[in-house]
Parts: sequence; structure tokens; C-alpha cells
Amino acid sequence: MSVIVKTAREKEPKMMREVYCDTLMALAAEDRRIVALDADLMSSSGMKPFAKAYPDRFVNCGIAEANMVGVAAGLSATGKIPFAHSFACFASRRVCDQIFISASYARLNVRIVGTDPGVTAAYNGGTHMPLEDMAVLRAIPEITLLEPTDSVQLRALLPQLAESRGVYYIRLMRKNAVSVFGEGSEFSIGRGETLRGGQDVTLVASGILVAEAMKAAEELAALGVEARVVNLFTWKPIDRALLERCARETGAVVTCENHNVVGGLGSAVCEALGETVPVPVERVGVQDQFGEVGPEDYLRGRFRLNAVDIAAAAVRVHRRKQAL
Amino acid sequence: MGKKEELRLWAEQIRVAALEEFAALGFGHVGGAMSLVETLAVLYGGAMRVDPARPAWAERDRLVVSKGHAGPAVYATLALKGYFPREELLTLNKPGTRLPSHCDRLKTPGIDMTTGSLGQGMSTACGLALGQRMDGAGARTFLILGDGECDEGQVWEGALFAPHYKLDNLIAFCDNNGQQLDGYVKNVLDTGDIAAKFAAFGWYAQTVDGHDVGALAEAVARAPAREGAPSMIVLKTVKGKGCPFVEGREFNHHVQFTKEEMDGALAGARAVLEAAEAAVKGGARA
Repeated sequence: MSVIVKTAREKEPKMMREVYCDTLMALAAEDRRIVALDADLMSSSGMKPFAKAYPDRFVNCGIAEANMVGVAAGLSATGKIPFAHSFACFASRRVCDQIFISASYARLNVRIVGTDPGVTAAYNGGTHMPLEDMAVLRAIPEITLLEPTDSVQLRALLPQLAESRGVYYIRLMRKNAVSVFGEGSEFSIGRGETLRGGQDVTLVASGILVAEAMKAAEELAALGVEARVVNLFTWKPIDRALLERCARETGAVVTCENHNVVGGLGSAVCEALGETVPVPVERVGVQDQFGEVGPEDYLRGRFRLNAVDIAAAAVRVHRRKQAL
Repeated sequence: MGKKEELRLWAEQIRVAALEEFAALGFGHVGGAMSLVETLAVLYGGAMRVDPARPAWAERDRLVVSKGHAGPAVYATLALKGYFPREELLTLNKPGTRLPSHCDRLKTPGIDMTTGSLGQGMSTACGLALGQRMDGAGARTFLILGDGECDEGQVWEGALFAPHYKLDNLIAFCDNNGQQLDGYVKNVLDTGDIAAKFAAFGWYAQTVDGHDVGALAEAVARAPAREGAPSMIVLKTVKGKGCPFVEGREFNHHVQFTKEEMDGALAGARAVLEAAEAAVKGGARA
């Protein structure tokens, strides 16, 4: 298995939600067990074509997310493979107990798709800005948490999701991602991918911060710091072996997430390394704050989620490493 | 089974077996288990299409006991039906048991859905009924809610969902014993006329004496009385029915009891069981 990393970073022509819908429709054509559910956000999730093509396998649950998760769990108990969507804030913190008991504790087979992660919620503002969805769900035993980076990765992961068994949460941006991977890249749930080599520091990135981490690595190279870039699109179960190897080989880590650093990717990486290869870590992400309204560019600056912030953190952690 | 006397006998067998479970433990959710004994007798006395030899049979009817704390009454029923050995009932809540306080689909043979967080069984039952309809084998889902449980908003999300999706293979009961953990439902958070509420949501609603096995069997046989409408059967019950130290007490959700209290309750329940046996035999002779 291998990944092809693009050198030019441009917005993809297709929105992530279109790719999600197209791919799920192709899977549903082959597998009658696939059922899609939504909570009055079908128009937002881009699932109208699915609903039109498979009216008997699309269930609009209305603005009732708790019920939707339970219905998905019940469907899976009859052998169906449900994909249930809402905005990430409602698909996680609003239905935490339903995901916990009805789906996870009951060991059923459910996929929850939460869209508009972090600052990509932009104009919907703080109430709709999920900076804690992964943290809330990460404490649920056996759950798998994913954040696809771009459409190539999403298209590669969805068939694996249809074939797997368990409870999966997919943190999905709806709009156009910055293209990171070339066609033909292969991914495996639970395995991180190294996108760029480097021996001075490892940048562990997810979601919209992967492209920023790549940019930061280029800026760092100009400063004489060779940064390795790893895409950890599976937050749980975390790829401990890869993290430990990177920590051993580079001696310093920067985590990069469009999420609260409390309970998120930064926490997960620190938990993994703290027990085995404790090296200096800096966490780029939202520093335990609520979201707010505004354009995504403004919010990325407001919460320090840009390449420049990653590069600064890398310089800091590199200095800490040298001072050891 | 199906004749009223036989169902009565079956109910008393379940009641005694459930009391024996609690007796081995010394405490438990006795009240809400006893109020459901007759309903379980009717369901597993012929109403549900199940096969104890094949608990995972895909086309079986399912039961979701959303008031999951009634588990011990369900376990008594399942053991007597042969899903697992009756002796195992005495392991209720003991370390390593397959019989936890609240229903768990993975632990107990015959339990179809994990419950315990109130309100959630309504939604999983909707999902089961919808999935069964997609499969087209004519299977049904039965659901047992509590009246106190109807405080939960999720119950009403499901109450909207089921008629909208015309889930007439969903047959729900509400154990209307009028009591919840902190006292009488009317004082804690009044759920009012539950049948009227479900009827207003588009369900076919009936109200029956939840301890009258004949009336219960008829109500279940009538469902679904209206095409496309899910059924709600409100059970007028007594919390702790047949257990004197629980019946009539204001706080009887989870009780501790002395050996003497339980010995008395069991002696009474066994006497009722013998009378029910005599009634069946008498009927057979006649």
C-alpha cells in the first residue's frame, strides 16, 4: 500500500459531500444492506441523489437526532448497514448517550457522519462549531474515529466502512477540500500515513490542517528544520507504532487539529507517547475555547490554525528538544 | 397456549421465578418487574413468533424492553421458555452473570436489545420494525415502555417517527403503574393520559387492565387494528403486583427486603400458582 502526495495544493473541483454521496450510492447499488439516514439535513449533506435513487433505503428522521441514532442501531440489529448524518455538533455531543448505549455498548453496526468540523462551520457560528466532537466520542470504548483529509482518501475509506463491523464516526467536511493525495493512493483504517520525510520534528496532522502542515514543512525547510509530516486520519484506534517510531526518530512532535486540543488529537498523541516514548510535544489547535461566527479564513487566523502557527510550534518544540 | 387459564398459570409461573431471582439477591427492581408479568406471559405465551432453540433466528419477532430494569421478569420468562437453564436465574447480578440488572442483548440468550438508558428503546424498536419491514418477512417488534420513562423526550421523537413511517408492525406497551423512582408519576412529572397522547400522534391506542391476561391477549390480537398505524397498548398495572411488601408503597422502584418479607411473598405467589394450576386441571377435566 502506498500514497501519492501531490506537490501542488489546490482546492478540489468536487465537494466532499458530493464524493460522499456518489461513493455511498455506488456501494448501495452493490449492497442492499446499506441504508442512509439524515436529520433534516439531507440538502446540506448532499444526499438528495441517494434519497431519489433509493427511496426505500433513505430515512429522513426529521430534527430528532437521538431517535435517528437509535433507529440506526435498530436497523443494524436486523442486518442493515446504516450511515446516519447530522452536523458534527449534533451527531456527537447531542447524541452521546445514544451512540454509547444503543450503538456501542450494544455492539451494533452503525456509522455516524458528522459534517462541518471545527472552523469549517464558519457562518453557522459557535453553536454549530464542533471543536469537541472527537473528544466527546473518544471516551467510548471500541469506537473508531475518522477524519478524511480529501476526496481521494474519503473514496478509499468508504468501502472499508461498509465492510467493517462496529461503531464508526466520520468527521467530514462538506465543501471542497485542498487536494493532498493523488488518485490511486491507498489507505487503511487505523494506519497513519507519512507524507513527507524529516528527522528534526514530526508534524501529526488531520483534516484541513494536513495541507497546512505540508506548507509549514516547506517553510521549516527554509529555516533548516526538516519536518516529517504524518496524516493521522484515524484518531481512534490510534496508530501507536507509527507515532512511537516518529517520536524515536525525530524526538519532537507537533499535533495539528481543527478541534479543541483538550481531548482531541493532541491529547490522543500525548497519551500514546507519554507511556512509551515521551518527547516534547506542542499542540496546534483550538486552545479550549468556544467557536465563533465568521469566514473560515478569519477563524483559522483567530484560532491559530495556519501553516505559520504550525511552523512556529515546530520551532519551539525543536528548541525544547535541543535543550534536553 | 392461549386459553385464559393457561395464560394465567404461565403468568404465575413467571411471577414465582422472578421472585426467586430477587430472593437470591436480597434487593432489586421488584416493582417494575412484577407489573409486567402478565404482559410477558401473553407475549411468550403465543403472541410472539419466536423459537427458544434459535434465539438468533433472523425472521423472529423482537422484544425491546425499554424500561430495561424489568430485566429480571424477562429473564424468568426466557428461562422458563428454555432459552437458558432455570438455575441460572439465581445468578442475577452476581459476578460474571449473564443476567444483569438491565437488559443486554449480548449477555442473555433471547434478549433482543440492550436497554437501560430510558427512552432509547423506543428508537431502537422503530429501527428494528423498519428493518423487518425492509426484509419483508412479516416480523414484528414489540416494545415495552414505562409511564415514568415517557418523561424522556426521545420517546416522543419515536412517537412521531413510527406513524410517519407507517410502522404497523410495531406494537408498544406502556406499563402505566403510576409510579417512578421519586414517587407517583403525577407528582414527579405527570405524563397524563398516555393513550390519548399516542392516539394524537397517530398510533392505534388501547387501554387494558395489565393484569388481565385475557384482555391483554385480545388487545395484542387486535393490533394492528389500523393499516399503517403502530399500536400502543397502555397497561393499567400495579407496581409490585403480587408482592405484598412492594405493592402500595410510594417508593418501590428499587427495594431491599428481609428474608421473612420475601419468604412471605413467595409463599403467597406459590399459593396463587397452585390455584392457577388447579384451575387449568379443572378446566381440562371439564
